[in-house]
Amino acid sequence: MEQLLYASEIVVNGLMTGVMYALVALGFVLIYKASGVFNYAQGVMALFAAMTLVGIQQGQVPFAHLINALTGTHVSHFGWNVPAVLAIALTAVVMVLLAIAIQKLVLQHLVGQEPIILFMATIGLAYFLEGLGDVMWGADVKTLDVGLPQGISDAAEALTARLTGYGFFIDRLDIWAAVIATALVAALVAFSQYTKQGRAMRAVADDHQAALSVGISLRFIWIMVWSIAGFVALVAGIMWGTKSGVQFSLSLIALKALPVLMLGGFTSIPGAIVGGLIIGVGEKLFEYFVGPMIGGATETWFAYVLALGFLVFRPQGLFGERIIERV
Amino acid sequence: MIYREAGDFKTTYQADSQTFPLRLDRLGYYALLAVAFLVIPFVVSDYWATSVLVPFLIYAIAALGLNILVGYGGQVSLGTGGFMAVGAYATYKLTTAFPDVSILVHVIVSGLITALVGMLFGLPSLRIKGFYLAVATLAAQFFLIWLFNKVPWFYNYSASGQITMPERTVLGQIVTGPATPAWVKYIVCLTFAVSLAWLARNLTRGTVGRKWMAIRDMDIAAEIIGVNPLQAKISAFAVSSFFVGIAGSLFFAVYLGAAEVGESFGINKSFLVLFMVIIGGLGSIFGSFAGAAFLVLLPVFLKNVLVGGFGWPTDLAAHIELMIVGALIVFFLIVEPHGLAQLWRLTKEKLRLWPFPH
Repeated sequence: MEQLLYASEIVVNGLMTGVMYALVALGFVLIYKASGVFNYAQGVMALFAAMTLVGIQQGQVPFAHLINALTGTHVSHFGWNVPAVLAIALTAVVMVLLAIAIQKLVLQHLVGQEPIILFMATIGLAYFLEGLGDVMWGADVKTLDVGLPQGISDAAEALTARLTGYGFFIDRLDIWAAVIATALVAALVAFSQYTKQGRAMRAVADDHQAALSVGISLRFIWIMVWSIAGFVALVAGIMWGTKSGVQFSLSLIALKALPVLMLGGFTSIPGAIVGGLIIGVGEKLFEYFVGPMIGGATETWFAYVLALGFLVFRPQGLFGERIIERV
Repeated sequence: MIYREAGDFKTTYQADSQTFPLRLDRLGYYALLAVAFLVIPFVVSDYWATSVLVPFLIYAIAALGLNILVGYGGQVSLGTGGFMAVGAYATYKLTTAFPDVSILVHVIVSGLITALVGMLFGLPSLRIKGFYLAVATLAAQFFLIWLFNKVPWFYNYSASGQITMPERTVLGQIVTGPATPAWVKYIVCLTFAVSLAWLARNLTRGTVGRKWMAIRDMDIAAEIIGVNPLQAKISAFAVSSFFVGIAGSLFFAVYLGAAEVGESFGINKSFLVLFMVIIGGLGSIFGSFAGAAFLVLLPVFLKNVLVGGFGWPTDLAAHIELMIVGALIVFFLIVEPHGLAQLWRLTKEKLRLWPFPH
């Protein structure tokens, strides 16, 4: 009984982690569906967004390190603090500008190239953004605080204690993340189903040429999709950054979104979420039951092996479009 | 005028099927080999040998291996770092278990062991294709790194978890360990690089290579015309991993001397080698060398300019370097998606016509 309760606590926490993975995976799916680009830089975009948010919030001077090296001055902060809401809005603007820049400088010149070339370009982009973030805001580990509650949730503990006699440990931040992620997904679905732009986006995802022929601007849609992905990255960055600090490992956590995608299928938004939950629960349970027997820290690879094993039986993932090949 | 394919007549089948059928190519190749083997070892400084030439040759071997898989076989892999680690740890285990056997044998056996591991991780490629496969190979990367970190048997229960290469000799000359002269490291790596490049060149233009390319261009069509996909894909993984394993083995034994698995063979190494292949040119032996040279020289060059030239702090220079590398990769993909090898082809085209361009 004790064991079972403990396991279900792990499941709940795994679900919460899974939500976080799903958040990053969502950005991948959006871009892949709309432009066929497998955007490796999504994780680094989350890192960059979180760094920018912290920088704006604390009134850091952008490129302070570079300016100091070039001119010999010692600037670091403007000396003001920006309120969280305003800072988030400003960061969202930065992400939109970034989306426009990516479209104008990179993607526009690579139209019609093979998928592998586009993929490599996004890896180059990831390197560039990583360097840019460090040059702009400094490479030190930053704490991100936008006023989200943290620490153990007393209400959840009391509730589970009354129901089962054992208080679950659930981080309040995780609960918030789950709520925000649900809201975000609902908003995205509503946007793509009921608005004009959303419909245009789905049309582009379906067939580029057909969409062009009915007068949809690919350029605009791509900028929009990258902006939305940037915004999703910002949300993911806020969550992960609040949880474990803004640092480089953030972009590695984001790499975990890849097996999530594989499991769910590259083209499916529900797939990204279900995949995220399966991976989150799976790796926590595996670490708890099998981890101690084989040395622990299995979380680094379990997600990938699970996805690999799964794909052998269903190559297009859970909800992915069936891969039909013709000669 | 300068570069000509015409007028080179062959009278025997042997002459027609040699590694470099064109006389000019052959002469250039011999000249290059002569310089590499007979001139450079005597004139090169220790700094250039150890921090430029040796990593260049080792990365070139790894890029060759990955190019066989990605460029010729069409199977994208992000597990290069993990396979290099297999080569390195195999060498370590072998050389500490059998100290009397020549290190050269160990390096080759390490390559064979890596080939076996590569075949194992290549099996899913029969079902999974494209990006799905690329992500699936990440499983190899992360699992192998974890394995070498967590199982003490692999690093002989050493307290630090590191592996350190003991001193070994070939023909009475020290080739591994801290006392190795720089030119010896260079010669060892050069010998491996040249013989493996020769092997790769001949594999890719023979039956095996043509099967790989058929699978790359369209696997279903290839299967219909009688190429066995199991055989072709698994052999591509095996040969590729053999090369990558030897690169990893040399990287540890000759270049680093001591290695910690997460740091030396992490995911970044996989990407670095993939960049070399892409920038050099997919499906080109020359491209593998060109890409490796470019990405080994670039950081050295940038570091010298930014830190040495402008006197910037090293951490800032490192970040700027990251930006420049990223931007250059994007730039290269936009300007020449077929890589440096394509530039070389265009140059040859120009040389053929020069000085009469029409």
